[in-house]
Amino acid sequence: MIAELGLAVLWMAAALAVLQLVAGVLALRPEGRQIAGLVRPVAVMQGVLVAAALAALITLFLTTDLSVKLVAENSHSMKPFIFKLAGTWGNHEGSMLLWVTIMAVAGGFVALIEKRLPENTLIATLAGQSFVSLGFYAFLLLSSNPFQRLPEPAPEGAGLNPLLQDIGLAFHPPTLYVGYVGLSIAFSFAVGALVTRDVGPAFARAMRPWVLGAWIFLTLGITAGSYWAYYTLGWGGWWFWDPVENASLMPWLAATALLHSCSVLASRNALKAWTVMLGVIAFSMSMVGTFLVRSGILTSVHAFAVDPERGSFILALLAIYIGGALTLFGLRASTVTEGARFSFVSREASLVFNNVMLCGILGIVLVGTLYPLLTEAMGVKVSVGPPYFNPVSAVFAIPMMLVMGVGPLLRWRQDSLDGKRAGRVTLPVGVCALLSAAVLLGVELMAPQIKLLPALGLAIAAGLAPASFLPLRGRNLRRTPLATWGMVFGHFGIAVALFGMASESAFSTERLAAMRPGDTQQVGPYTVKLEGIGPVAGPNWTALEATVSASYAGAAPAILHPQARTFSNPPGNRTESALKTRWNGQLYAVLGEEGEDSRWQMRFWWKPFVPMIWYGGALIAFGGLLALLGRVAADVRRLVATGKIAYRRSRKAQLGVGQ
Amino acid sequence: MNDRTPAKKPGLALWLPLILFAGFFALVIWGLVRPADREVASAFIGKPLPQFDLPPAIDERPGLATSVFKAGKPRLLNVFASWCVPCAVESPQLAQLAGQGVEIDGVAIRDRKEDVARFLAQNGNPFARIGKDDLSQVQLAIGSSGVPETFVVDGKGVIRYQHIGDIRPEDVPMILSKLEEAGK
Amino acid sequence: MSAIKAKHQRLVLLVIALIALIGAGLLAAWALKNQAAYFYVPSDLVAHPPEAGRAVRLGGMVEKGSISHAADGVTVNFVVGDGKARVPVRFTGITPDLFVEGSGVVAEGRMEGQTFVADNLLAKHDEKYVPREMKDMTAQQAKQVVAETK
Repeated sequence: MIAELGLAVLWMAAALAVLQLVAGVLALRPEGRQIAGLVRPVAVMQGVLVAAALAALITLFLTTDLSVKLVAENSHSMKPFIFKLAGTWGNHEGSMLLWVTIMAVAGGFVALIEKRLPENTLIATLAGQSFVSLGFYAFLLLSSNPFQRLPEPAPEGAGLNPLLQDIGLAFHPPTLYVGYVGLSIAFSFAVGALVTRDVGPAFARAMRPWVLGAWIFLTLGITAGSYWAYYTLGWGGWWFWDPVENASLMPWLAATALLHSCSVLASRNALKAWTVMLGVIAFSMSMVGTFLVRSGILTSVHAFAVDPERGSFILALLAIYIGGALTLFGLRASTVTEGARFSFVSREASLVFNNVMLCGILGIVLVGTLYPLLTEAMGVKVSVGPPYFNPVSAVFAIPMMLVMGVGPLLRWRQDSLDGKRAGRVTLPVGVCALLSAAVLLGVELMAPQIKLLPALGLAIAAGLAPASFLPLRGRNLRRTPLATWGMVFGHFGIAVALFGMASESAFSTERLAAMRPGDTQQVGPYTVKLEGIGPVAGPNWTALEATVSASYAGAAPAILHPQARTFSNPPGNRTESALKTRWNGQLYAVLGEEGEDSRWQMRFWWKPFVPMIWYGGALIAFGGLLALLGRVAADVRRLVATGKIAYRRSRKAQLGVGQ
Repeated sequence: MNDRTPAKKPGLALWLPLILFAGFFALVIWGLVRPADREVASAFIGKPLPQFDLPPAIDERPGLATSVFKAGKPRLLNVFASWCVPCAVESPQLAQLAGQGVEIDGVAIRDRKEDVARFLAQNGNPFARIGKDDLSQVQLAIGSSGVPETFVVDGKGVIRYQHIGDIRPEDVPMILSKLEEAGK
Repeated sequence: MSAIKAKHQRLVLLVIALIALIGAGLLAAWALKNQAAYFYVPSDLVAHPPEAGRAVRLGGMVEKGSISHAADGVTVNFVVGDGKARVPVRFTGITPDLFVEGSGVVAEGRMEGQTFVADNLLAKHDEKYVPREMKDMTAQQAKQVVAETK
């Protein structure tokens, strides 16, 4: 019953999306004015209905209704609650439903609260949003119905892939999805603004919270994904420049650029066409990413269910949306009025620089990711890895981070670096630059074995960390807007993460050995001893577990338990690494195979300050959250104020009539 | 991808993103349709079955050994498990094949006797013999990576075709033709 | 300020962006030419060996009976073949779960003398995982591989 209800509601939501598109398009014509009032309520209703459909699917999963095909294939009555829940979107159909739900709910939300944009632009935006949704509805309803019943209920579910029974992986994809879908809203705003040729500060202000929200989720998703790969793959690395990882990084880069150009447009009414372009690019990158991951067109180290057919479907959507939007851009962008001017030393100029550099990195990553496909078209097989991505992206990242230290201190429109402004800008930035130079010199003198990139990373992190707090200098901290705090934390987070990355590649030590119980090894400051190996059993796996005692520089030992797990249903193997985190680094232990002579392969890494990478990522996301709260609070205040004014006016009018 | 609108000549620069996108599109279209063999374990086609001798999975049917497949007539080898949903879904198709005189042998993966018996009671038993493969050893040795999978084995014990996933009703004629081919 | 100046600014911005884009493109092309790791099957590797020390990938079948462990317990030696040629490989580290004789493997590493020294072996998590580069090979050369590894 619930399944049928869910399907019915989903069809109704799809029908409303059609209505929303048609009504929106008609309302933009002069003769269709009356119909304009329809668009907002329809958008809200569509959001409510599709949320109900998702709720129905979640209920089916939580009650393990085995007569539903999707549940029987992906769940199991004995699975822990949290994985039943995550099982809802841990498969293709469910994840698509989650995607349209977030999209429609976000669209409904825009319809409900957005009052700043000219009504026409908003209607065009909502029509665009429903157009994007429709593709996904078609996908869901025509080729991957999540509510399909089995002819006969299955006796038991087929479980969930053991690789998916991981709390990180259970919540990682939905986090990225929220990010992608947030960018779809930005895309709709961009399309709406292009259609009505109304690109201005109001458009940027309306779009900004959505970009910020999407960007926060993308940041969290990438950070968590990186940590997840770090501890599950058992390779000790935290970023492999794998297509799946690049697929999540590219939208982030575009969203970061969009975020910054948005603030130029909102404050200064400049960079109009550019911001619209970035809005289109950011969403294209999410779609491209989803396509690359799902189609299996590129080889990835991360196991992923791929399906070329579904890939083609996403590609078709990609062609329609992005091709259409870019065509619209080509036709309309020249009619977008010119923006305000600025000089070369100004906040705008530094943000333009940031944008160009971010797009440069984006291009580098995209080209590197697609290059294997390109060469294969010419008959040569290659793979592209860190030796390409690291130095080439650094060529753009390093200048960007240098400018990042100065940009926030500059004034809008025009600034100078000498005279009165020297004390505010040049001097403190100079001190930070000196700090960087000192660190670089120190590293080169004391540890010349450290390669250039990590050394530069350490130096820049040392300068950027204090520089990111400079915008607070001389300000009343309690009066400083939340958005400024957000920027400070975001930039500081970049410095922290950069420090972690540079430190990891500069100072990591590794020990690989075959050990008998009782053997000890030295890795960095740690002395590790293999105490023993024994079998352990979990709910749906058995494992060999090593007991390792690790003593930091002679201190009392900590116990680690790296495991090699074997899952039974469905069968599979996985290495569970064990971590010991200290304030100054992490010990990473992996258990390998038993050799022929009863020795066990053990692998250890000491990675100084490696957690800083993820703390930095979390700080960046926190900065985004602060900025979002600041923006939203300001919007709410404005909304309340205009409401009050309107109320007073109406009261006055009433009283006037009464007298 | 990077562009700014020039004031006077908006022409080409504005279309640059679309041109780049078209290039990307052409590339991935080629990538999707390229004649790559996407089947996972085609390496095992044309390869003789490895030596194995599995104990019976249920009391009513004998176990399964390689020698059975060398008797001169092509047979189907079906890898299944009682805990696998698609295996139940394909059982009508197996029954149909058995009804047309195809000899089918089963390998039950990581299963218990009583579960297999219940599964067969529910879904019908098309199998002549069923071997019990508790460690997935035979499964891995013949290049099967999941359940269900079905192999067409010719009369000399050589794998002629591997079907990954459940046999849909529309697959039945194809399986029959593969069997016929293997019999030649 | 005059309108000419605004146009001028747009033009300058456009030129900067285009230069950055072209620069990025050229840099990427140059770096990819030098840094991309080419994929070899053993017969290619023997026929046209890459320059020593250049990072490449080698894909093929692990020959039956060729895996041997060195005395240190963490180094493994084996032979990768494609039915036409054979290349000895040395790998130090923990081998992936699905690394077994007779199965496909992709080794990332470089030639040192006559031996391929691998930094990394891919024979990944998923039992269904076959490196895409290998699928072509198995299609074209399945028969030889079978004859060889039987």
